[in-house]
Amino acid sequence: MNKELTKNFASGHSACAGCAFPTIVRTILGESPDPVVISNATGCLEVTSTLYPYSAWKTPYIHSAFENASATISGVERAHKILSKKGKAAKKIKFVVFGGDGSTYDIGLQSLSGALERGHDFLYVVYDNGGYMNTGNQRSSATPYGAATETTPTGKESFGKVEMRKNMMEIVNAHHIKYAAQANVAYLSDLKKKAKKAFETDGPVFLSVFSPCTNNWKFPTSQYVNIAKLATETNFWPLYEIEDGKYKINWATEKPKELEEFLKTQGRFKHLFSEKNAPVLAEMKKIVKDEWQSLVNKTEE
Amino acid sequence: MTQYNKSEIENKKSKIGSEEGAVIKHDLKNAAATGDWRYMTPIVDKEKCTGCTTCMPFCPEASIIMKAYKSESTACLPAGRDKCDIDYDFCKGCGVCAAVCPAKAITMKKN
Repeated sequence: MNKELTKNFASGHSACAGCAFPTIVRTILGESPDPVVISNATGCLEVTSTLYPYSAWKTPYIHSAFENASATISGVERAHKILSKKGKAAKKIKFVVFGGDGSTYDIGLQSLSGALERGHDFLYVVYDNGGYMNTGNQRSSATPYGAATETTPTGKESFGKVEMRKNMMEIVNAHHIKYAAQANVAYLSDLKKKAKKAFETDGPVFLSVFSPCTNNWKFPTSQYVNIAKLATETNFWPLYEIEDGKYKINWATEKPKELEEFLKTQGRFKHLFSEKNAPVLAEMKKIVKDEWQSLVNKTEE
Repeated sequence: MTQYNKSEIENKKSKIGSEEGAVIKHDLKNAAATGDWRYMTPIVDKEKCTGCTTCMPFCPEASIIMKAYKSESTACLPAGRDKCDIDYDFCKGCGVCAAVCPAKAITMKKN
């Protein structure tokens, strides 16, 4: 076991072989200058890291429910603030929430919104695998258009999810927070830089990290890094940050790869390559292109 | 209601070890031996490994350690650099290390 990497999050968790979030957790917590307190929403990370009687967390860790991870950390942060004011807590502490896209985009959106608005000093990290993977791949509002899931299956009459992804970064940015960024697990130096910036910023901070799911996106366990890399190279998952409302793109290329290169690596998009679903594929490409263009426009404002 | 005497309670307490109330402390002894999951095993060719550490942070189990390695052949470069070494206790055999290795020094072998 690598001692340097497992200072906060140890081995022995039961995440699937080839899962991406242990890397995200270790990389982000590795950048914290102070001890951390973790609040975790229900999801794969919570279920796999806290198998009774074992806990993979070497840091203080709280899980209460699906919808209130941000509310929990708000209370902890305020309590610590009061105790330091009274001189009972000398240590500086960083507060971090980890949640999947289900608890961020859907179920925990209200508590996240409340915590952002109240301006607690914490970092919210969403590992986005586009669905409720823990319970067997049900669609969430982070599932991309056209993806086959258990609740949006593909067949004679259907082609997967009909709706577009929710733009979470815009929603978070609407709270006028100082720093929000979108990162990718395949670009670790970029993720480190963003985590460092996030810990240096006072007040609420939001990080959205791309996290491929080997089991439900249906790809070999060895491929999460390569697939995550393709997502950025095809502009499906652009890397950018929003600092005081100003957009900045961190990674761009003159010639983005064709979206098919990313889609064909995964079983959940397999049906898009049939003749019948050609319009869906075209629509998907249009969505990615339009979103990239609107992002570029925002940086120029 | 069952009555417990003091020694029985102490005995129970020692059984649950570090646990107190609802707090569970990290103790690696209680961890599941996830090395049992492995059906493919990564093997490092230390002569090929350049010690670039690309694989290290991507390992979901943090099973990759950089260790000093003495090569017998002079062709093994760069000399004196720590090489990739895998701790098989928790390695689930996902193969991410083999997929990201730029020198193709890690191969997956069936158990």
